[in-house]
Amino acid sequence: MEADAIHELTAAYALDALDEREEREYEAHLARCPRCREELASFTETATSLAYGVESPAPPPGLRDRILERARAERPNVVPLRPAWRSWTAAAAAVAACAAIGLGIWAVTLSRSLDRTRSAREQQARVLSIVSDPAARRFALSGAHGTLVVSRTGAAALLVSNLRPAPAGKTYEAWVIQSRSPRRAGTFAEAKPFRLTRPVPEGAVVAVTLERHGGVEAPTGTPITAAKA
Amino acid sequence: MTRRGSVLAFGGRPRTRTPMPRDLAHLSDEALVALVARSDEVALGELYDRFGRVAYGLARRILRDDALAEDAVQEGFLAAWRSAPRFVPERAKASTWLLTLVHRRAVDLVRREERRRAETLDERVHTTDASSDEAVWLRFERERVQAALARLPDQQREALELAYYGGFTQSELSERLGQPLGTIKSRMFTGLGRLRELLTEPEAEGREQWKPTPSTS
Repeated sequence: MEADAIHELTAAYALDALDEREEREYEAHLARCPRCREELASFTETATSLAYGVESPAPPPGLRDRILERARAERPNVVPLRPAWRSWTAAAAAVAACAAIGLGIWAVTLSRSLDRTRSAREQQARVLSIVSDPAARRFALSGAHGTLVVSRTGAAALLVSNLRPAPAGKTYEAWVIQSRSPRRAGTFAEAKPFRLTRPVPEGAVVAVTLERHGGVEAPTGTPITAAKA
Repeated sequence: MTRRGSVLAFGGRPRTRTPMPRDLAHLSDEALVALVARSDEVALGELYDRFGRVAYGLARRILRDDALAEDAVQEGFLAAWRSAPRFVPERAKASTWLLTLVHRRAVDLVRREERRRAETLDERVHTTDASSDEAVWLRFERERVQAALARLPDQQREALELAYYGGFTQSELSERLGQPLGTIKSRMFTGLGRLRELLTEPEAEGREQWKPTPSTS
């Protein structure tokens, strides 16, 4: 791409309006172009001011606690990974580190593609850290082939093997049920290892239902699968 | 502590939702991120108290679904929790960094869920709770940003809104609007440049008090 054309991409990048390939091309350019780096910092700030341009109702009261709870559950992340997993995550981390050096220090703060890689890698690593925790408790699922794995901190992963991809317009939604009251624990579309978005206390039931796209506040259907922790 | 600075200048104090063992209200946003980098969850809570609401409003606008918006905010704040040690304050304001993380999660979700329906982007605002200092400040900020957007040429405003609030990529926009990609790129570039000028230029109506002031008091 011509230098001027790619310089113009600074705005689209700041607005998160590039696809992954374009992002990578642009970041490769950014690493060599101080003018674009400066422009990007300023454009990102302008783009972010758009966040203040919409109505901001107060978020649901439970969200704050849920975030802190999740953060707390992640903090003592010292579970030793099995060697195979360790080398796999180490390789991923090394790739990310190289990318960071290639892009220059700015990338560490604002890089989109790095953030994306990191996010996917961390999701997977978090599932792996639960699954490979020798002290984790395992529960067979009823209604489907699979296992619920709950670590010492209550962080939980769901491994379901014979689940068809959710039909169009639908999603699978997980629930953590205590005293008959189900609480949302995240949505997923297919049978990949999935980390529940809330901890699973001892004795709670984890269930999965099929719900409309995007998930719902309370389950509407019968559970497809369930397990008692 | 930039945007929040205007709240403090207004005479109020950001409301804290839960009593905290330590009061971090006097710290700048960047200082909070430095604490978050050391796994200080009280600091994370304080960051949430400062930006949770605007983050939720943004995610809700993009996803048009309360539950998904919660997910995006949660993932954004957890991304901040994990990547705070790599935050470089010389490169971006903490608020910009944090809202960028939330925006990214919301856009990823909307693209994955294919639920991005930005047909009715003209969701102009109804006043909700105007009681708290925070709500008052957010309303003024919103009016300021909307006034700046309203002064952009229609096509530039449309490109910025569909990209930032709709989660569309530039190629999708080109298809959707039936315009060459080059035209879309220019609209975003010129539009964002113009928006930057509009947001930083002194305003006529004595609104200077609402402009970000680099105050840490």
